[in-house]
Amino acid sequence: MISKQFLITAVFMGIVAVMLSIFFRLQLGWPGESFAILETFLGKWAPGGVLDRNAYLALVTIHGTIMVFFVLTGGLSGTFSNLLIPLQIGARDMASGFLNMLSYWFFFVSSVIMIFSLFVEGGAASGGWTVYPPLSALPQAMPGSGMGMTLWLISMVLFVVSSLLGGLNYIVTIINLRTKGMKMTRLPLTIWAFLITAVLGVLSFPVLVSAVVLLLMDRTMGTAFYLSDIFIGGEALDVTGGSPILYQHLFWFLGHPEVYIVLLPALGISSEVIATNARKPIFGYKAMVGSILGIGFLSFIVWGHHMFVTGMNPFLGSVFVFTTLLIAIPSAVKAFNYITTLWQGNLRFTPAMLFSVGLVSTFVTGGLTGIILADSALDVSVHDTYFVVAHFHIVMGMSAIFGMLAGVYHWFPKMFGRMMNTKLGFVHFWITIISGYGVFFPMHFVGIAGAPRRYYDYSAFEFLDFVMDLQPVISVFAIVGALGQLFFLFNFFYSMFRGQVAVQNPWRSNTLEWTTPVEHVHGNWPGALPEVHRWAYDYSNPAHEEDFVSQITPAIPGEEIH
Amino acid sequence: MKLLILLVVVIGLVAIVQLAKVYQLTSSLRARREEDISEADNRLNGGLFLAFMVLFYASVIWLVVRYGDYALPSASLHGEAVDTLMGFNLAIIFAVFFLVNTLLFWFSAKYYYRPERKARFFAHDNRLELVWTVIPSIVLAVIIAYGLATWNQMTGAPAEDALRVEIYSKQFDWTARYPGNDGEFGLSNYNLITPTNPLGIVTAEGLEVSMSEVEKSIAKLEKELMHERGHLLKEQLELEAMLHGGDHHGDHADHGHGVDHAAVEARLHEIELLLEDESSLTIITEAAYEAKEDKLNRLKRHRQRLTEISEFNYDGGLSAWAAGNDDQIVKGEFHLPVGREVEMVFRSRDVIHSAYMPQFRAQMNTVPGVPTRFKMTPTITTDSMRYITGDENFDYVLLCNKVCGAAHFNMEMKIVVETQEEYDAWIKEQKEYLVKEESEEAPAETADLEGTTEKTTASL
Repeated sequence: MISKQFLITAVFMGIVAVMLSIFFRLQLGWPGESFAILETFLGKWAPGGVLDRNAYLALVTIHGTIMVFFVLTGGLSGTFSNLLIPLQIGARDMASGFLNMLSYWFFFVSSVIMIFSLFVEGGAASGGWTVYPPLSALPQAMPGSGMGMTLWLISMVLFVVSSLLGGLNYIVTIINLRTKGMKMTRLPLTIWAFLITAVLGVLSFPVLVSAVVLLLMDRTMGTAFYLSDIFIGGEALDVTGGSPILYQHLFWFLGHPEVYIVLLPALGISSEVIATNARKPIFGYKAMVGSILGIGFLSFIVWGHHMFVTGMNPFLGSVFVFTTLLIAIPSAVKAFNYITTLWQGNLRFTPAMLFSVGLVSTFVTGGLTGIILADSALDVSVHDTYFVVAHFHIVMGMSAIFGMLAGVYHWFPKMFGRMMNTKLGFVHFWITIISGYGVFFPMHFVGIAGAPRRYYDYSAFEFLDFVMDLQPVISVFAIVGALGQLFFLFNFFYSMFRGQVAVQNPWRSNTLEWTTPVEHVHGNWPGALPEVHRWAYDYSNPAHEEDFVSQITPAIPGEEIH
Repeated sequence: MKLLILLVVVIGLVAIVQLAKVYQLTSSLRARREEDISEADNRLNGGLFLAFMVLFYASVIWLVVRYGDYALPSASLHGEAVDTLMGFNLAIIFAVFFLVNTLLFWFSAKYYYRPERKARFFAHDNRLELVWTVIPSIVLAVIIAYGLATWNQMTGAPAEDALRVEIYSKQFDWTARYPGNDGEFGLSNYNLITPTNPLGIVTAEGLEVSMSEVEKSIAKLEKELMHERGHLLKEQLELEAMLHGGDHHGDHADHGHGVDHAAVEARLHEIELLLEDESSLTIITEAAYEAKEDKLNRLKRHRQRLTEISEFNYDGGLSAWAAGNDDQIVKGEFHLPVGREVEMVFRSRDVIHSAYMPQFRAQMNTVPGVPTRFKMTPTITTDSMRYITGDENFDYVLLCNKVCGAAHFNMEMKIVVETQEEYDAWIKEQKEYLVKEESEEAPAETADLEGTTEKTTASL
């Protein structure tokens, strides 16, 4: 139930975030053109249908915030951790139903505040989703640093509370409530991914809270954690002794693990979906677990790669170059293991499978450009340009969204007892991957040419004219991609009520959730809890007739069990 | 364009409506289960992966051909090394990109589901896994080593004789400062910023100017607050109550005790006079009054900080202050000699900006309160670059690359790279911060100011 609440809230937030992105893509594609739709939706933010400069920054900021936190953190982890953890480990329910409920309602209130902040005087927060001070600390620096910024910070604190309550619950449940026989080494990779995600969140989100609280204090109580030597609005400010760079260290100490908080669940989901639909064991289970652990650990010691050009000591920069590039090794292992899983498989292209294969592609394509950004010498020339926008949208945005959509298509029957339409799913996938790459791949070139991100208009810069003819192309892809999501929305809501009624194990899958009845019962299993006898990936095991062997199937005589 | 978008929207909607109809029709007729993907569908999607791959690669190649050669040659020394490093990394990246995506899409197309086949049970293979752990590690070791070598070269100490230029950012423009003949930048302090001293350079004269500006503002505010009608009337009532309180309640012996009647009456008289002078009376809301009071307090603290700035706080004493006199401040564009190393020092007045010079492969954030540095050696003059690009109007630019407010996208400064001779001629024409036309006057002035500073310090 809670997973459905998370999912539907996230779908709603996702719709808002996509609409915001379309609004600013209109301005970027056709700067200064008047669009009636902008005036309809944005009113005084787009007088005469032309987006206002401050509103542009607010849209960019809120788009990023919603996507990163509300859709891909709350939506992705919240939905699938709550759904799959008890079902796949064989538990009656999460360890604490109460914490679980609190976690959703904090998420809900935080979402409401974030949406509400779009409507306050001065507009929503506008300093970019990272809200660096002093810009975000000083209301006189921009209209978006007024009430909108305060609400942003409050919303974030509530969000973190939600995330911590959820995370602790996930960890406790996975460690304590596994059913008999469900050893850690037999956990499906989804659960491993959710576990490490929760650990990352519990360790890093509190640091974001401190960053946010200190910023709130700088804004409201006259403290100077992040402020020093500032002259603004014709006035020399009192505050001295702080450092804006401190905020960045604190922010990215969360911010980088956050990337993996977003990505790991998607990778876990795709591992499960790919193995099931390739009718093959996931290749190198132990290496997959090892690389999740490796990525999780490394993600804590790489945050400085966001800060190569802040004036940070170059030697410290070198250390971050080293640690960051190390992440490529477990990532490469994962990518090759996925591909080997496909090799000589028997691939059933369900919509979930399509999105999972798409995820492997975007994970590799986007991950590779990370090598350039991790290399401090190269980062200097592409830092904060469209190259970065291209990189993280492909590796984090597209991959995580693909993972989330794969999860929705795959576990829809478990959530709603009905099937989604596969044909619409095909159409949805092909539109999404083509327009996704169509939007973000060309941005690499815009960035290498030297176009900074978060510019309202590039027409003043002659040296960029050459790449700017890509902007309308990007915008058209964005619009098509956004419209393509209507196939999903229709399919999602229609199938919820009118879809084909599901059978118990539609994907012929090994994991425990498919041993529960189609109609959800309290305690998940009507009788005793199932006992687990094998790992989750006995697909096409030659010792068995069928091409799948449920985890509850005992070993046949002479069989070597994983 | 608007039409095009409208068209896209309409077509999208029509398509969805149509599909929904088809969906409804088929769902009633069909006996097929949603989870049973037909062989035709599996083959179709596998084939689409291949088709997608071809389309994707074609677009990537087209983009590389059309836009990959965007790049103007790097106009700085380290930029050449960066470009070589970039080329090296891009080659590796493209190789892996094509290799992995090809394997992925090819396998997807090749191994689509056929009921008669069974997948190969292949759970792990240590040798294979070792291969794709070790090979990426080696490649990354090379990338790291090469990258860090370039990085160390870029960030090493600047040459002794490097030209030093300060780049100063504020919402929403750039200012450049050259150190003048002495080669030393004057000290700067944000408390000293005034319209005539936009960088807050610490000089005796600058201090005096700031002080007088602050004093002026304080006086103006004090006057405004003193003449606020509502507050005057309120005070009048209170004082009158105080005076007459004793009369009305004569039986309360101690009431009004201790009131200095003379002082109260004097103040009442003063208030009457103020109230009569209607032309200078101000009427503002309570909120505005409080805001002004706050501002007044802030200004007083500003004044306090200014008085604390004395030459004793600086190494080198007053001579350190003198370094600012010959600094040259330029706006709109700044010039650099070709082939000479320049150490840029960055400061910011208000929020974080980022000094981005794409043609030089150079970027550094400007952080209020924390000076930052970047060194580079321009290698191609503006004229040569105009020749190379065939664009007569080409100019190097300094852009802002950290979101800083509404006009972030418009915050640029022109950079002119020229020969040493041209540069020398240009710099000679730039005004010095404190122009001393008559050399005799200057020392006298300084001496005078010295006195002023001491006096103000002493008075506290």
